[in-house]
Amino acid sequence: MKRIATVSLAGCFGCHMSLLDIDERIIDLMKLVEFDRTPLNDLKSFTRRCDIGLIEGSCCNEENVATLREFRRQCDTLVGVGQCAIMGGLPVMRNAIMHSDDPLLECLEEAYLNSRLVYNPTNDMPNDPALPLLLDKVYICSQVVKIDYVIPGCPPSGDLLWSVLTALINGTPITTPPGGVKYD
Amino acid sequence: MSKTKVIEIEPLTRVEGHGKVSIHLDDNNQVHDARLHIVEFRGFERFIRGRPYWEAPMIVQRLCGICPVSHNLAAAKAMDQIVGAPRLTPTAEKIRRLTHYGQIMQSHVLHFFHLCAPDLLFGFDADASMRNVFALINLKPDLAMQAVRMRKFGQEVIRATSGKKIHGACAIPGGVNKNLSIPERDALLKDMDQMKKWAQGALVIARDYTLENLSMIERFATFSSSYLALVREDGALDLYHGALRAMDGGGNLIFDQADYRNYGDFIMEEVKPWSYMKFPFIKMRGRIDGWYRVGPLARLNCSGYIDTPEAAKALVEFKSLTGGRPNHMTLAYHWARMVEVIHCVEKIGELLNDPDLQGEDLAVKGDRAEEGIGVIEAPRGTLIHHYRVDENDLITYCNLIVSTTNNNEAINRAITSVAKSHLSGAPRITDGMLNHIEVAVRAYDPCLSCATHALGQMPLIVEVFDTSGVLIESRTREK
Ligand code: SF4
Repeated sequence: MKRIATVSLAGCFGCHMSLLDIDERIIDLMKLVEFDRTPLNDLKSFTRRCDIGLIEGSCCNEENVATLREFRRQCDTLVGVGQCAIMGGLPVMRNAIMHSDDPLLECLEEAYLNSRLVYNPTNDMPNDPALPLLLDKVYICSQVVKIDYVIPGCPPSGDLLWSVLTALINGTPITTPPGGVKYD
Repeated sequence: MSKTKVIEIEPLTRVEGHGKVSIHLDDNNQVHDARLHIVEFRGFERFIRGRPYWEAPMIVQRLCGICPVSHNLAAAKAMDQIVGAPRLTPTAEKIRRLTHYGQIMQSHVLHFFHLCAPDLLFGFDADASMRNVFALINLKPDLAMQAVRMRKFGQEVIRATSGKKIHGACAIPGGVNKNLSIPERDALLKDMDQMKKWAQGALVIARDYTLENLSMIERFATFSSSYLALVREDGALDLYHGALRAMDGGGNLIFDQADYRNYGDFIMEEVKPWSYMKFPFIKMRGRIDGWYRVGPLARLNCSGYIDTPEAAKALVEFKSLTGGRPNHMTLAYHWARMVEVIHCVEKIGELLNDPDLQGEDLAVKGDRAEEGIGVIEAPRGTLIHHYRVDENDLITYCNLIVSTTNNNEAINRAITSVAKSHLSGAPRITDGMLNHIEVAVRAYDPCLSCATHALGQMPLIVEVFDTSGVLIESRTREK
């Protein structure tokens, strides 16, 4: 039986939700694969090497990078699922703030200092060591590790995820559902 | 606690991490504090500036793939004001309501069955391998299939109105993109009876669980608090539109029928250094006492009645448990959530039989305004979107207060309470204690996706410090 692991880095969890949109086929999936670490169960770290790793989201902070590298080490085939993993999606919009030398700082200031509804007498931003370091920019997965396949869409539909996954699991050519690949 | 100790714990920063819990002990191993740290940050409020306003309802749903419809609708409600459409066409409002009820139904079902039911059915102390939806499928296949099909139904409602199950395009400024065709309607209608039956079944599970375990539940993270929710003019539960009502722990109104466009007069948000998630409070109650709870429990506490028959009965039964006074039990969120599922299913049934859904008048426009504030009851509670737009149609200001942020203080209190009762005096953390803390967090159904503009599911990391700030124990695990 193939082993599969999934993770949501800087994504919205919509790609994981879309995986659940395979609906009743989840029973068929459970006959084909065993889930290793995934937010859907209580496994925190890899219990052993996996055949397939599904990556949702891009890298926003140091933990995302470390997790993505761990997935590369532990999975034979790494699949970037959805626009966030492939091209950065919504999180990467922070890279593109125009005329800004420090987009991250501007984002933090907007959230924690500038709003008139914020109560922040010390004018400090969240800075506790318990919080992982944010990266200066958002990095897409292929900037950090080699990604073997990508499944486009925001999110890719449950049907598309199903066709690609079953093809990967069975080692057969991928046939996409009609009209099933969307680049939104 | 010594800050450097925390970042030096290398394995903690390596795990996939968005939320973690730290627990602080005094010299006698008594817990004096527990904290939920939200560790992701997006910056949406800043980078949406400079984008055209009509993009907001589409983009903003990408903050959260679990309740994207709520963000789409809250942003669209704000943009209705920008385009001068205070009143939508009946078709537009009803299509939006339909998709919203579909959304709350699927989200509540997902949360209750896929994420929480393993704790409730197999026990908080069950082996970790049991505590997931796959075990549910193996051990209770009929129930699991009901859950899968109920969620699927909610998602199909969303697809029929939005074109896609996740991140579709339902609401636009001033209206909606499409109506519901007769074939789309009929496809949904044929499942209605089944959904009503299963929703009743889910309610019975949640209610019986609460009643059978009442002595535990009355002690498990139960505390008095204020509550905030939108209610209709007549005090009825209304998940899509209404005015703000806040009540204190004794059930006395703090304010009522407050126009949500004045939310800034009522609510402020405190920044704390150890979390990216802010701590909102009701201004007139002050920073210390002004915290409140939102979500299904708050909505049922705040609502006088429900306007659909089965949910109305369920609400009466729910309220009778606490003699009509506010229910303060964290784990009663689950029961409240299933009452709302019934309400959503009933509302979907009503709407599907309404010919307005096939109307052709989809959107309206009037005089442009500079500012728009949209508020909606998302699955996890009150969701606030606030935008300003300049004469070039570009967004100049955005502020979001999302449901889970509203519950921030409450979740922190819940985990402190559970940590105190399950960890105080114990020399080390057991796996059972860890899961008890997660059970408390899960009851609030936190969507840290929205809250940090990050992810929906969080792995939990529990750290225990002694009074000198030395880390004495750390355990990590994903939800
Ligand atoms: S690709 Fe879309 S659905 Fe997937 S995580 Fe990103 S925003 Fe969410």
